[in-house]
Amino acid sequence: MKAFEYAAPSTIESAVSLLGDQWGETEILAGGTDLITSLKQGITAPDRVVSLKHLGLNDITVDEDKGTVTIGAMTPMGALASDNTIARHFPALAKAASNLGSPQMLSTGTVGGDLCQRPRCWYYRNGMGLLAQKDGKSLVEAGDNRYHAIFGNGGKAKFVSASSLGPALIALGATIATSSRRIPASEFFATPKSESERETVLKPNEIATAIEVPLSGLKNATYEVRHRRGLDWPYATASVAFQANGGKAQVVLGHVAPTPWVASQAAAVLNGAAVSSEIAAKCGAAASQGAAPLSKNGYKTKMVETAVKRAVLIAAGLQAEG
Amino acid sequence: MASASWPEKGNRSLIGKRISRLDGPAKSTGRAQYAYDVNLPGMLWARVLPSPYARAEVKSIDASAAAAMPGVHATWVDEDLINDEVRYVGQIVAAVAAESEEIATDALAKIAVSYTPLDHQVDDNNPALARRPSDKEEGDLAKALDEADVVVEGNYSCPVITHCCLEPHGQVAEVRDGELFLWPSTQNVSRYADRLDDAVGIARSKMHVDCQYMGGGFGSKFGHDKWGIIGSIMAKETGRPVKLMLERDLELAIAGNRPSAHAKIKVGTKSDGTVTAFEGELWGTGGSGGYSMRAFPYVFNVPNLKTTIKGIRTNRGGQRAWRAPSHPQTCFLTMSALEDAAAALKMDQVEFYKKNLGLTDRPDVYAEQLDIATKLIGYDRKSHLRGDASPGPVKRGLGFGLHTWGGLGHGSECEVTINPDGSVSASIGTQDLGTGARTLIAIVAGETLGLPLEAIEARIGKNSYPASGASGGSTTTGGIATSTRLASTAALNELLAVVAPRLGGNADALEAKEGVIREINHPNNAIAWADACALLGTNAITKRGVNNRTEAKEQGFIDEGVGGVQIADVSVDTETGVVTLNKMVAVQDCGLILDMKTAESQVMGGLIMGITFALFEEALYDPTTGRMLNADMEFYRLAGISDVGDLKVHMMTGEKYEKRGVIGLGEPPVISPGAALSNAVANAIGVRVPELPLTPERVLAALA
Repeated sequence: MKAFEYAAPSTIESAVSLLGDQWGETEILAGGTDLITSLKQGITAPDRVVSLKHLGLNDITVDEDKGTVTIGAMTPMGALASDNTIARHFPALAKAASNLGSPQMLSTGTVGGDLCQRPRCWYYRNGMGLLAQKDGKSLVEAGDNRYHAIFGNGGKAKFVSASSLGPALIALGATIATSSRRIPASEFFATPKSESERETVLKPNEIATAIEVPLSGLKNATYEVRHRRGLDWPYATASVAFQANGGKAQVVLGHVAPTPWVASQAAAVLNGAAVSSEIAAKCGAAASQGAAPLSKNGYKTKMVETAVKRAVLIAAGLQAEG
Repeated sequence: MASASWPEKGNRSLIGKRISRLDGPAKSTGRAQYAYDVNLPGMLWARVLPSPYARAEVKSIDASAAAAMPGVHATWVDEDLINDEVRYVGQIVAAVAAESEEIATDALAKIAVSYTPLDHQVDDNNPALARRPSDKEEGDLAKALDEADVVVEGNYSCPVITHCCLEPHGQVAEVRDGELFLWPSTQNVSRYADRLDDAVGIARSKMHVDCQYMGGGFGSKFGHDKWGIIGSIMAKETGRPVKLMLERDLELAIAGNRPSAHAKIKVGTKSDGTVTAFEGELWGTGGSGGYSMRAFPYVFNVPNLKTTIKGIRTNRGGQRAWRAPSHPQTCFLTMSALEDAAAALKMDQVEFYKKNLGLTDRPDVYAEQLDIATKLIGYDRKSHLRGDASPGPVKRGLGFGLHTWGGLGHGSECEVTINPDGSVSASIGTQDLGTGARTLIAIVAGETLGLPLEAIEARIGKNSYPASGASGGSTTTGGIATSTRLASTAALNELLAVVAPRLGGNADALEAKEGVIREINHPNNAIAWADACALLGTNAITKRGVNNRTEAKEQGFIDEGVGGVQIADVSVDTETGVVTLNKMVAVQDCGLILDMKTAESQVMGGLIMGITFALFEEALYDPTTGRMLNADMEFYRLAGISDVGDLKVHMMTGEKYEKRGVIGLGEPPVISPGAALSNAVANAIGVRVPELPLTPERVLAALA
């Protein structure tokens, strides 16, 4: 492992000042479930690691006047999963967090870390690069892409976003507060075009500090298709949110694109409609439109349809949580 | 004289009871010391440098920069590879030993290897690449197919999987005063050091192997391997202990692959379900080495058959024996094809198997086991012909697997000592790779000497003890049980001769029971065990017992050949493809059961391992780079406890089974799950998912 400097500042300002302005020079350490293995494998080799452990940022607070719930970026995923306020207002978020399954990941992984973690693409994790190019060709396209993207994969990035919370936060209209600005969750994620870019719009010396979720009374749910019941990555996730009459609908997919994927054509099916099994199925079918599977991941379109359909039914109270 | 024969049913104090493992608390509290846990003063950490290429010519290997690093004490280079080829990613080309694991890791990066990459081939499912077929023909296949009422044809496939031992391969080695001390993770204590002497330059008589606990082998830990040689050489060179354990990625990529098996199968049956014809072409890979696959077709000896088996050499790590070599693969291939035939006939599965039990080696056993298994799973209540017709996306189904195995005890020698203070030890150069060897030795010695389990010190895991075979092929329990029984009986008879004058003079009229030596016909005429042993004065009794497998089989101590029936009850979500195992029943015979609890545990462990390969396991390779993509425990999935469902085990007991003597149990229960789960999924969703593992993507593909 490359030797690095370690800093654990006690204010956000000093944390920001310790971060470099180029990706790769410095890395932020939150829960460490991703960064530590990445350092050990030499996937990441910074000169300095800046730990956020002394910054606090781990409360969940309700502001009735503003009508928001604020989740500190260092809140453990397990605390999010078991919080009563979150469970009552945002089952989509609680479910997305609890789906992690592993007690270790739930107690160690953080909300901010979930948003900023790097992709699990096995080409990337085996040291073949974020975009996995060899001799100008995509190793992913030529190789085993069963867990790769079916949407947004026209560029070099074929991986899927690993974020569990991203889809639910976008569906719920959340905002991400950083050390320098406020970013709507829907604009937080980005698809890198080169090896030196990352999967969010954050700058190298910018720290996500909190997530604000509006108390808008939307019905919401997350449904995840997974193989193992314990720790495992989902094949496909759908988070949905809509008003009781089907208005203001949002349908966001996870683990099918390099970012959480907003399925606006699926949301359009819901908008203004009284939710029924038939509408839910139509919504699911609409969600898979535009999918462009690679050689081995065509099956994901069926999973997307199912995940959206079931999330809609669960949010509407027409089906028990899976 | 006390007889060495196994005691009759009413006359057993320990054998067949439910006894917890003696070393369970040590293992579950972390006190048990595995090879990975051995840490010695001054110990160095060794790491190996793997080839990044699936195939390349090695021009040079220069470890001088690594050797010059502070903290590095030794480097090792595979000189034989220079101007030769590496043949798979992960092949070890060099190694370093350093003060810390971190320094060793960093030093690896300083080893300069000059490679010329060559074309490689990792695809294992292209029969055109297969070589050296072995053919078998019996009866008249063409005529039987012609005369069959129904002929079904299908392709079936199971991939390469790994052993994925929780404790990776490796050892700690130390040279002191010219003698080599080794703490390996091995399933072959007595012969671990074979041929290591030439490589290291130390006589075998000066090699001391110690393996008290090992974290899984499953057939992959018979030899000392290249890392055993490297670690021993480095220990000799540095004069310091050297720990060399594989990292998880190398453990999966190079320390053991179970060969894949893909097949095209044609089955012909009469309209009443009788199977008359079987044609099978089977291919797969054993990696960079040879390909070994047999027992095809499986269990059912179809009278008219033609089979071809051929291997594809690939640039992957080599195959190693994996729990019941060949059987899980050919069981899945054969039983899937047979179930497809039953489905084509619209015939009940049990009726179909019963119709064909005459083709098996033990029809009566399978018939009895089928009855028990169907009752335990609730077959009458749950069964339906192929395709669950109930509404809703979740379909439920039942599927069967039938299997067989040998399990004749291996050669084994045991030394039993009765000390004047009454203590007893039984020593065997065997190992416990999970079957409960330590406990079984104590059970047999305690039973023989009329003592409680705690009175026996069972010593295993050292090559200084009397030699015993490698733990492979379900051979250990029969071997160590017999040698322990013979040694214990011989020791007891000597003690009885010493005690006889105090109890009426006739040693033949005495027995050792309940902690005393007593007259068989006058149990009140007794002497406590400790008092009896005190009569030995200063001389301990030490006796050896030898399991000669041929004689022992003739004499009824051991036997071979078992049957088993398993049924899986699955639910399949047809909208996501996810298979959930609700319940699984395993009915198994293994002759005379020494410990009901460890026997049942063994079957449960086999089921879990089998369920895992049925649902999850698959070694995936990238065609461009030739690298294993999932050499980790993130995407090389193993079942967790919430994935395995409700497991029910039924062991066959009674005179018919017990009179056969002891038969090993390690392999049989792992064989059937692939077949049973695949058949259950087909029964649920109405179509065959032709490949294992039964992943959601494969289920959806089959349904599409």
